[in-house]
Amino acid sequence: MSAVYKREMSGYFNSAIAYVVIAMFFFFSGTFFYYDCFRQDFAGLSYVFGDMFFITMFIIPILTMKTFSEEKRQKTDQALLTSPASLFEIVLGKFLGALTIYAVCCSMFLVYGIVLSAFAKPQWSVILCTLLGIFLLGAALIAINIFISSLTESMVVAAVVGMGIGMIIAAMDYFINSIPVDWITFIMEKINFLNYYKNFTYGILSIVDVVFFLSVTGLFLFLTTRVLERRRWS
Amino acid sequence: MIEVKHLTKRYGKLTAIKDISFTVDTGEVLGFLGPNGAGKSTTMNIITGYISSNEGTVTIDGSEILEEPKKTKQKIGYLPENPPLYTDMTVRKYLEFMFDLKRVRLPKAEHVDEVMRLVGLSKHGKRLIKNLSKGYKQRVGFAQALLGDPQVIVLDEPTVGLDPQQIIEIRKLIKSLGKKHTVIFSSHVLSEISETCDRIIIIYGGKIIADAKADSLYEALGSDRRLSLSVEGNAGEISSELNKIPEVLRVKRVESDKKVSRFTLDYKAEADVRRSVFNAMARINCPIIEMRSGDESLEDMYLRLIEKAKGGER
Repeated sequence: MSAVYKREMSGYFNSAIAYVVIAMFFFFSGTFFYYDCFRQDFAGLSYVFGDMFFITMFIIPILTMKTFSEEKRQKTDQALLTSPASLFEIVLGKFLGALTIYAVCCSMFLVYGIVLSAFAKPQWSVILCTLLGIFLLGAALIAINIFISSLTESMVVAAVVGMGIGMIIAAMDYFINSIPVDWITFIMEKINFLNYYKNFTYGILSIVDVVFFLSVTGLFLFLTTRVLERRRWS
Repeated sequence: MIEVKHLTKRYGKLTAIKDISFTVDTGEVLGFLGPNGAGKSTTMNIITGYISSNEGTVTIDGSEILEEPKKTKQKIGYLPENPPLYTDMTVRKYLEFMFDLKRVRLPKAEHVDEVMRLVGLSKHGKRLIKNLSKGYKQRVGFAQALLGDPQVIVLDEPTVGLDPQQIIEIRKLIKSLGKKHTVIFSSHVLSEISETCDRIIIIYGGKIIADAKADSLYEALGSDRRLSLSVEGNAGEISSELNKIPEVLRVKRVESDKKVSRFTLDYKAEADVRRSVFNAMARINCPIIEMRSGDESLEDMYLRLIEKAKGGER
């Protein structure tokens, strides 16, 4: 697993992807930080986090689009799959690689918190709680997008589908309001990422929310190993 | 060392390989020969565990790849048709990554050095793989397969796209590997295989059509004897007369000018038709200018076998 992880990290930094993603994340979070905190004279990061929810939906597919699609296209997956590493180790290595880049992105919020401290007394508990929320949200999205990447040989398709799914997740509230069938809205309510993410931004650390994101992450990592396994047999 | 039993692989409706069985002994170099699309790569992909077969088993040194994948895969070094290279890495970084991935338990720096020296990459450790030529990329792929000194080395068309000098080097390398390792390598060039391998398996249409030791290939494949013949006279008349000789299997006109026609004549291995040919030509008063016996070349034999297999399909 550590070999795959190291390879992923070197892959991210050898290509422009890591820099582009981190730069985009810093740019947007910085812009939101300026508008939501300085312009509004507000000593909390809740709005910044709220806005970043949507940006995350677009950034993560870019981060993960290559993970399996490119391996398959370049046939480098032959090296991975004929090595003694198990499928889950391979998937986990790739997941942790993407998660590390994402964690670097998120670490910027700590800087914003420190900047705020210079002017006011921000509630650190809320900031840290939200930070955990956006981290868990990212982990779940990374898992979903790695799964999407394992389904195709084209990283463009992986990125576009990933962004499409991200938009659906982000706009779930609108869908829920416009669908009149009760049982469908009930299910959608249950899988609405925003519902679980919101609590973190209020500073509420609830076990339900944490478990939700961890389960989504686990589920899609598992599904990815199934896709790889199935490919051997088809 | 390697035991392959009744492998069958289907891609949807298409059957890529059908009921393939063979064994390879320790230290043997096995050549896998067949035209493109015959099922060579599929078989190799199954042996190395990249894909799974629909039926049949592969056992390597007593362990089965589906039951003990970790243990079994550690025994195999594989160079697929397209070397699986991460082109954004340097040669050395890539080999170190593969070293870790394969969980080799040898001193890392020394072992990577040794493998790089073996394939002639010592001076290129710091170059990015994407900047290497095709031949050097192939060498990196080769090096990767050698990492960890695996008992079994599987090479899928290792010489394709290399220049003659490199081909000779790679062949030498394969030969030297055969002393310590069990090697399976595939090619669609027969001369290459007959030169390097102890044993040859010819595969066509997903089936094994021949399996023989390299030095007894002629006998094992039931090869016929061949005669080259130049005769003066009417070509049609000559060939019909030649065909009348009972031991003659095939008469083929190679070329003819106004006076002299050249033929090749295949006849049964146990017979000697030279006298009958002489008599036959004397009867129709056509002088034999040249008669030379020469066995069927390996290439011809290979093509004939494939023709035969094609015929069997129809």
